[in-house]
Amino acid sequence: MNPLQVFIADDEDPSRERLKELLSDIAQEVPTRVVGEARNGLEAIEQVPASGAQVLLLDIQMPGMGGLEVARHLAALEQPPAVVFITAHDRHAVEAFELNALDYLLKPVRAQRLAAALKKSSYPGPERLARAAGGAREYLSVAERNRIALVPLRDVLFLRAEQKYVTVRTRAREHLIEESLVTLEREFAAQFVRIHRNCLVARAAIRGFERAVGGDDDPHWLVVLDGLEERLPVSRRQWPQLRDLVAERP
Amino acid sequence: MSSIRQNVFQDALPDFRNLGVMARVLIAVNALALAAALLTVPNLAQALERFALWATFLEPLLLAELSFLFVLSPWLARLPYAAGFALTVALATALAGVYHALVEGAGAAVPANLVRMLVICAALVAVLLAWLRLLTKAYSPALAEARLQALQARIRPHFLFNSLNAVLGLIRRDPRRAERSLEDLAEVFRTLLSDPRSFVRLADEIALLERYAELEQLRLGERLRITWELDTAPTDALLPPLVLQPLLENAVYHGVEPGTAVGEVLVHIERRGDRVLARIENPYYEAEQSRAGNRMALDNIRERLALFFDAEARLETRAVGGRYRVEIEMPYRTAGA
Repeated sequence: MNPLQVFIADDEDPSRERLKELLSDIAQEVPTRVVGEARNGLEAIEQVPASGAQVLLLDIQMPGMGGLEVARHLAALEQPPAVVFITAHDRHAVEAFELNALDYLLKPVRAQRLAAALKKSSYPGPERLARAAGGAREYLSVAERNRIALVPLRDVLFLRAEQKYVTVRTRAREHLIEESLVTLEREFAAQFVRIHRNCLVARAAIRGFERAVGGDDDPHWLVVLDGLEERLPVSRRQWPQLRDLVAERP
Repeated sequence: MSSIRQNVFQDALPDFRNLGVMARVLIAVNALALAAALLTVPNLAQALERFALWATFLEPLLLAELSFLFVLSPWLARLPYAAGFALTVALATALAGVYHALVEGAGAAVPANLVRMLVICAALVAVLLAWLRLLTKAYSPALAEARLQALQARIRPHFLFNSLNAVLGLIRRDPRRAERSLEDLAEVFRTLLSDPRSFVRLADEIALLERYAELEQLRLGERLRITWELDTAPTDALLPPLVLQPLLENAVYHGVEPGTAVGEVLVHIERRGDRVLARIENPYYEAEQSRAGNRMALDNIRERLALFFDAEARLETRAVGGRYRVEIEMPYRTAGA
């Protein structure tokens, strides 16, 4: 039997050492090979895709990006690794894990529990992870060949649905992601507002509205975004809500 | 293990060196004088005039009485309650008598003759003492409550499990360091389980800080860098237990753990005249402030400082230039005083 390829993401050195010791202790029962280690969430996102990891041991409290968000971004991979979450004490997270049937271990981890978790673990899928996380992500993830590119949400100006994909527009460039505009709208309701059937714009980026001129059809409004030449059309249906939004601003 | 509900109240004279006690006495006596003035004359303008007249007689006496009691306070506090009570009334009345004689001798106006004056003074002192005793008594369940609060403020379970995990990760590679860490952990918990109602010496609280820091260092390694500025710390000062440790724990939890870079923490304690100043600084992450726990620990410490020092201690927090700072100022008290 080929050894299981394990990746360890934990911000504390002694904690990673301990996991490696335990893995070697249970090698008889579950043969494993450690293919990589990360000290924070961003490192994990960077290294996991090319590591060939089959299982990710993932601490949920890490600087930069927590374990739950890391796991959500792995959905961008063709074959995301199985995930076993690890936490020292976070009642809230444990409740969410239980509720969504996610695999988790409590620190200090016991060898037998680790072995059991490795044997049955799987990748839970983005929906269950989103429910467990409860909140919005801080990044959007773009799948590139064998790596995951992260786009910080605060850089995003607008999200526009085009047939199969959603275009993510930042000041610098465009990315394509495979998520639905409806779920994005729900997740990022605090930061984004719908201006059209196919488009969400960042609330903070709205500079104002212009009247569309020279159109032969019905007159309508265009939204002006900070640092963007392009003007985006506002649908008649969304206009009243947007107008109120602008009026509310100081 | 004693119960939280046990009665911790013991009859004791008020601490006449406490600013809160002095303020209460000043306000109560002046309020009574004002009320008396309002009762004795028909209209407000006249009443205020009369009050002003009395005040010129009253205020110097009040200040003299308070200074007198300030000096005698530690000595009076050592007497049994009844004796202390009687003596305080007698001394205060005697002082009032001397003052009355001096004012009259100087030819100035006095509001009442000597006998009436002495009777009023004795009655007033007795009533004030009784009132202050009631106040202390009213606060004493709160003092017992402080025990519970201190329990709540104590170390997050997060710290316990992470520390145990870190020690487990050390046992095979560096058994000696693992032993030391378990010893540190034992000492930290011994302090945590001690009686939160009594004062501790600053030296002990500093020792606790160092043991705690040692454990966090083990876990966080280079990510945690603590600068200690304790050269002028008055190690004999008394303070409520677990006032500084939760602040350092907050600094690590909110200021070091969320960062990927090195987190610089500053612990500064000094004596400034008759005050003790403690300051703890850490990197500030805005997103962290929404995380529960920080406010709760601060409120808890603030309440306990108020229970131990009344109005004489303060706790302030400030976020400036990417740093978060907590500052505590309290009176410098030692076991001798």
